Amino acid sequence: MGEKHIDELSGVETTGHEWDGITELNNPMPRWWLWTFYATVVWALAYTIAYPAWPMISSATTGVLGYSSRADVKNELAAAEAAKSDYIEAVKSNSVGDILADDKLRQLATAAGSAAFKVNCIQCHASGAQGSPGFPNLNDDEWLWGGSIDQIYKSIAHGVRFDGDENTHASEMPAFADIIEPKQVNEVAAYVASLSGTADTPELAAAGAKVFADNCAACHGDNAKGNKELGAPDLTDAIALYASGQAAIVSQVRHPKHGVMPAWGARLGDVNVKELAIFVHSLGGGE
Amino acid sequence: MLDDREVERLEVEAVNSARIRQPLYTARQKVFPKRASGQFRQFKWVIMLITLGIYYLTPWLRWDRGPYAPDQAVLLDIANRRFYFFAIEIWPQEFFYVAGLLVMAGIGLFLVTSTVGRAWCGYTCPQTVWVDLFLVVERGIEGDRNARIKLDSAPWSLTKLWKRIAKHAIWLVIAVATGGAWIFYFADAPRLLGAFVTGQAEPVAYITVAILTATTYVFGGLMREQVCTYMCPWPRIQAAMLDENSLTVTYNDWRGEPRSRHAKKALAEGLSVGDCVDCNACVAVCPMGIDIRDGQQLECITCALCIDACDGVMDKIGKERGLISYATLADYQSNMAIATDRGTATIDPARVRDAQGKLDKGISHFHIRRLLRPRTFVYAGAWSLVGLGLLAALLSRDRLDINVLQDRNPQYVVLSDGSIRNGYTVKLLNMVPEPRSFELSIEGLPGAVMSVVGIDQRETRSITIDAEPDKLKTVRVYVRQPREQLGQGQGFSFVVVDRAGAERDVYAAKFNVPEIAR
Repeated sequence: MGEKHIDELSGVETTGHEWDGITELNNPMPRWWLWTFYATVVWALAYTIAYPAWPMISSATTGVLGYSSRADVKNELAAAEAAKSDYIEAVKSNSVGDILADDKLRQLATAAGSAAFKVNCIQCHASGAQGSPGFPNLNDDEWLWGGSIDQIYKSIAHGVRFDGDENTHASEMPAFADIIEPKQVNEVAAYVASLSGTADTPELAAAGAKVFADNCAACHGDNAKGNKELGAPDLTDAIALYASGQAAIVSQVRHPKHGVMPAWGARLGDVNVKELAIFVHSLGGGE
Repeated sequence: MLDDREVERLEVEAVNSARIRQPLYTARQKVFPKRASGQFRQFKWVIMLITLGIYYLTPWLRWDRGPYAPDQAVLLDIANRRFYFFAIEIWPQEFFYVAGLLVMAGIGLFLVTSTVGRAWCGYTCPQTVWVDLFLVVERGIEGDRNARIKLDSAPWSLTKLWKRIAKHAIWLVIAVATGGAWIFYFADAPRLLGAFVTGQAEPVAYITVAILTATTYVFGGLMREQVCTYMCPWPRIQAAMLDENSLTVTYNDWRGEPRSRHAKKALAEGLSVGDCVDCNACVAVCPMGIDIRDGQQLECITCALCIDACDGVMDKIGKERGLISYATLADYQSNMAIATDRGTATIDPARVRDAQGKLDKGISHFHIRRLLRPRTFVYAGAWSLVGLGLLAALLSRDRLDINVLQDRNPQYVVLSDGSIRNGYTVKLLNMVPEPRSFELSIEGLPGAVMSVVGIDQRETRSITIDAEPDKLKTVRVYVRQPREQLGQGQGFSFVVVDRAGAERDVYAAKFNVPEIAR
């Protein structure tokens, strides 16, 4: 460093660097910039003291404020739980019927049930609860085990043909291939199909009526309207669980398929099951 | 007539004048505006009183809206997404009214600028108003221009210290009040004030007040004219909207030049002498630190205080007022042409005066007709059109609205008797602050009936729904059409009617059926 170079035009000291006659002025940093810079340095140091920052050999400094993001999340979750506690308490202490009658409680339970449905139920019953062959559509007004709020609640809590729950819906239809003649199978299938107007061979229906009365009416009823105690479906309506048409009925009579639903009561807890029951009841078919 | 030598002459430099302005990077040279008095100063006091009054007092005005809505006349209830302005209540989807007002403000600014120039800057801009207010405080404590300069250059003493502390303290109080008034527009003012002073208010209230306190204090007290000159984009834009018929603060050099401090002596020597006695009063009062005699310049906010200052001097020396005046460029140029003999000579004030020493008849003075020109008519027309449109929209707007979302998953449900059911989420907007009872019904779709979850399980074509005041009521509606009537038209309407009034709204909906049934 030798003598100072001063730029003639501006009167500002230069760095002494020159390129093609252009010299670089050695203007100071603007003061506001400099002070902001110093402030950020102070801020950064204070920050590392106040908050967890410096790595040590096996851990890190905890900071004088004792902040921890994990504890933060825990607190937030606890606060969320506390905020819900009144509602949870109300769901616990009320029966599903009472929840349904309370407008506010019903709306909250429907929203909660909708969320629980998306997590636990849509794998079989589909995202719009419209089901698929073998998995009932929950929007319609046909219920295998009953569509009142208490019946829906029981079905969800204890499941269907579920080994792990002794209160589960347990009845099954026998395989009639071993019980009646193939001819009789065709006749009864024609009869059942004719009840919903889908028979291929209506001339067999008359003979089928007797087969039905002898073998099927015990569960499905004399008028084939089904029996919800036994999970025997209504055979006269426009809804079929597996498929409609005479051929499908033949197959179902010979070797019936049986759906299984887990008991959700033990798995999700009573509150969640109540919410699910309220939600399913709200889908349009609830009785 | 006073001798012009008796006019006080001020040693003052227009620090922001383009001629002598320092390059960037040098520290700002302070401006010490002298107190002005005159008609424009009076007018500015009135404007300041009105604008500050509106700002500070509006949140405290009450307006009775009944038991179901707040009673604050002007309230932006962001938490509940409702905006109240006296008798008008706006829901978020009606925010286009605010957009319309902003369009009107824009066009209005064009109109104002094309007629009276930068009047916004000079009179009503918050920066101008608050700087004026801060200057009042500064003058009250430190004295007028000369006293302030002296104090500023004086070494630190007890007197200087207490004056500075007092000034900044009062500035801060004003700044806190300014930031404080802002938050009252967003919540019930009396309740929020109580919560604010007892430390119970939301953090956002304190943060907002802190930020606005800082900006008010820094912009109004410390930065002042630098905000206008360096930060504000408006002077750049506004200059483009001025034309030769817009009023602007003008130094009429056609009668002022050649300026002379010793007019009598110069006259005796046979020199030509203009009206300007070079007393610098116009420079001393300028809050922007410029010299209006340099001509039009970006820094000038047209606050017109130099007009007041100059008029006072002209009165003293017995000349006509208006050496500095609001003038249009067209008038100025026409007068300039006379003074310079169409640009062939330097300015000779003798050319603009008749034998009696009065201003010549050929001199153009501002006339109101100048403002009436196609451009201002177009602006005024567009402004009124938007305003009338908004007014019409406001007067004819719905206070009852229906929106319908149709279930898409599943699109339809087959019921046991073969009938088809569709689900809809119906939203009824009760946009008045009183509870109302609505009749929701379906029109069209033969044989169809509906049921509403949680309200009435019986199937009808018309259902009563109670809506809370000023709230959105959402209901799940199932519409069922019997098998026999399927396919007889898939379009129908949800109709909602206020049972107590005549208001109704219609939503055109669609009914989905399986393909084979169509």
